Amino acid sequence: MTDTTWTDTTCADMTCTDVIWIAIGHIDDIPRRGARCVTTPKGRIAVFRTADDAVFALEDRCPHKGGPLSVGIVHGHFVTCPLHNWNIGLDSGLAQGADEGQARAMPVRNEGGALFLALDAPPQPAVAAE
Amino acid sequence: MTQKLVIIGNGMAPGRMLEELLEKAPGLYDVTIFNAEPRVNYDRIMLSPVLSGEKDYADIIIHDEGWYAYHGITLHKGARVTRIDRAAKTVTAANGVTAAYDKLVIATGSAPVILPVPGADLPGVVAYRDLDDVLRMLEIAKQGGRAVVIGGGLLGLEAAYGLRRRGMAVSVVHLMPTIMERQLDPAAAYLLEKALTERDISILTQANTKAILGQGKAEGVALADGRVLPADLVVMAVGIRPSARLAKEAGLTVNRGVVVDDGMRTSDPAIFALGECAEHRGQCYGLVAPLYESAKVLADRLSGGQGEYQGSVTSTKLKVTGVNLFSAGDFADGPGREEVVLRDAAAGVYKRLVLNENRIIGAVMYGDVADGPWYFDMLKRGLDVSHLRDTLIFGQAVQGALAGGCGVQAPGAAVAALADDAEICGCNGISKGRIVAAITAKGLTTLAEVRAHTKASASCGSCTGLVEQVMALTLGEAYRPAAVEAVCGCTDLGHDDVRRLIRAKGLKSIPEVMQELEWKTSCGCAKCRPALNYYLVCEYPDDYADDYQSRFVNERLHANIQKDGTYSVVPRMWGGVTSAHELRAIADVVDKFAIPMVKVTGGQRIDLLGIVKEDLPAVWADLGKAGFVSGQAYAKGLRTVKTCVGSQWCRFGTQDSTGLGIRLEKFMWGSWTPAKVKLAVSGCPRNCAESTCKDIGIICVESGYEIHFAGAAGLEIKGTEILGTVKTEDEALEHVVALTQMYREQARYLERIYKWAKRIGTETIRAQIMDDAEKRQGYFERFVFSQAFAQVDPWSERVSGKDKHEFKPMAVIAEAAE
Repeated sequence: MTDTTWTDTTCADMTCTDVIWIAIGHIDDIPRRGARCVTTPKGRIAVFRTADDAVFALEDRCPHKGGPLSVGIVHGHFVTCPLHNWNIGLDSGLAQGADEGQARAMPVRNEGGALFLALDAPPQPAVAAE
Repeated sequence: MTQKLVIIGNGMAPGRMLEELLEKAPGLYDVTIFNAEPRVNYDRIMLSPVLSGEKDYADIIIHDEGWYAYHGITLHKGARVTRIDRAAKTVTAANGVTAAYDKLVIATGSAPVILPVPGADLPGVVAYRDLDDVLRMLEIAKQGGRAVVIGGGLLGLEAAYGLRRRGMAVSVVHLMPTIMERQLDPAAAYLLEKALTERDISILTQANTKAILGQGKAEGVALADGRVLPADLVVMAVGIRPSARLAKEAGLTVNRGVVVDDGMRTSDPAIFALGECAEHRGQCYGLVAPLYESAKVLADRLSGGQGEYQGSVTSTKLKVTGVNLFSAGDFADGPGREEVVLRDAAAGVYKRLVLNENRIIGAVMYGDVADGPWYFDMLKRGLDVSHLRDTLIFGQAVQGALAGGCGVQAPGAAVAALADDAEICGCNGISKGRIVAAITAKGLTTLAEVRAHTKASASCGSCTGLVEQVMALTLGEAYRPAAVEAVCGCTDLGHDDVRRLIRAKGLKSIPEVMQELEWKTSCGCAKCRPALNYYLVCEYPDDYADDYQSRFVNERLHANIQKDGTYSVVPRMWGGVTSAHELRAIADVVDKFAIPMVKVTGGQRIDLLGIVKEDLPAVWADLGKAGFVSGQAYAKGLRTVKTCVGSQWCRFGTQDSTGLGIRLEKFMWGSWTPAKVKLAVSGCPRNCAESTCKDIGIICVESGYEIHFAGAAGLEIKGTEILGTVKTEDEALEHVVALTQMYREQARYLERIYKWAKRIGTETIRAQIMDDAEKRQGYFERFVFSQAFAQVDPWSERVSGKDKHEFKPMAVIAEAAE
């Protein structure tokens, strides 16, 4: 798999959408239990790599006060915001526990280590099938 | 006039006696203690967990220095009494100290029996009696190698287990056919032997030691049957002998021990004997419970009472983790005696009760010991058990179930069924009724409080579960069993336990800690990971690989994150002193990077605010060229040392406070601590550097340096405590550094010095840092060792390329979509 951008067409129900996958680098660019940023015209995206090598992407803004989630501590499939310790689920972007809010999540594909981000795809469903 | 009470010996028995006496009749006596050991009163029962690494010496101290000071007791440490002059009523120690008495208590304890075999005096042959013995064993165990323990009794087996835990190959040599033959019958001994063998301890029974071999040090043990066991360490644990020589030389009546009557009085009415050196009705005791019972009687006598000691029935437990063993009373076969036995081989359970005339006279249990206290209680009270006879062996739960007609017991039902005078804590002789009364009368809600007020579970701790059940019964809903606050939701362990276990088990990485301590989450959380990372950095400064992903962003990026996601940068200005050159460099950086705000901090530094993450390395590169290093204004570590101008400029200055501040900062920068540490040095008591609200502060005076600590001026306001005064700048540095290291090693993560000091007691800290030069030196040296690895400027490292990924995006997407 080369690190080029390509387009998939996904169909759900009767509607078909084009999804553009953009190459953003290799999984080894991100430390385990850490994150790196991708800057885009629409803002910063935090790309997380967990201890079990799962990769997730969230808008780099905590739903609480906009803290940069990309520099939070990553544990399990969660990140703790550095500003006020909100815990955010990496798969859904949902705030955990008593806190309410959601950071926008977007799909990442891991093709043998090469990572691709679908910026304009709709947020992943809140209930992730883990 | 106050009478003079002199006590020879400072073990657990006189310690307990004093507690009782001080409660009954405070101020009645002027108390002087002579202790041959150079330390305070500690819990000797707990030496085995210290040997195995499951506890520290600090954990087993019963009375710290502050306790003696508080009660006005004179304690001569390391002073062995060599003479009692009964005519003059004085005692004299080897170091020349003499004290006069009105009442004298001999509590000289016992001495280990050393087998009179050739080589018994070789270095490497150690008894198992006091902390020095344990330290000697640990010294040898550090190198690994082989240990032979002579004696398969309680102490010998605990020593063997401890040394095995410390990594030595261990053999136990025992003269008799089965181990612990005084407490166990052969069946239970067999199960125990099997369990110990499974723990890699080899047991040789019917083995008679002939000689200790070795040139200049112990190298092996020769047995009478010709076998030779190689050994780097030989532990003699064959028994104890009451130390009664001093009493004998003074002309008191002595058999095996110092003979006392039921009032603990010797043949001289002004002299009492207590503890393992005493012989009462022909019995010498070596377990703590009877000693505490007689201590109580003696305290009563000394305060004018007429208490009588009636002798004790004892029970035994073995402190080997994972081995459950209980024995009490007499379990030999005999005419007229009946026995009831239950065995479950698969579960490794063995229970045997010996009955005489329908009364329990002995109990041996292995594997399942839950009913031990119940049987022991009936044994001591001599209850007729004929109505229980058929189901007695199945334990109390079955009795309750039968009585209630219900097959399942509610938790705690067994304890609920106990009578008020049933004993819960064997060591201290505390009944259920006393615990309940204390809880109700004093409104106790935590285990620590119950221990403090009743002593229940305060010695060996094996009845802790029972005490908690009594609390649960008494308090109902109000009882919160988690008296220890867990580090976080990932574990039930508190910070202190985690630190202790990291040390004891030699855990060296976060995954290892989580595995061994059974973390409930796969990789922790944002609360526990930074704590664990700190504990490991502190414990293994030389070979722990700092886990950056477990550090808070500020300590990973070496700047302070602000509410808008930008960072602030504070360069170090040693002691708050700067120069035109430095200020110019800062001004240039501010211009070049368009830094929106420059602010002077409370710690006498300059803060540059509003820097974007990507610019940080370049900002540091420019600051570095001017000679700046990181001010660590973001760290749980040494922050700032604030100073006044001191004797160099100030007309009131008594010492060079600025110079000392700079020296401290240069010595201590880079060190990680449980929470931030801020220092200050003021040149005179006018205190312009505000030393009296800092974590550690110094106030210079004409005669030297007054060291303060445990101040706070944040969420809480608290003036400092005075640690002490020293004469020279070097001493001031050594004391401050040692205090910091003590804090580093003992405090919980995120616990500031004032909170830590409040928790462990300022007296304890003072005793270790001011009064104990050896301790102080140890702390100082460990700090210096750790600094060799910690003093690396993180900014220049990052300027040279370390952790590049932290500061750069992994990709830049110019167009959202084409």
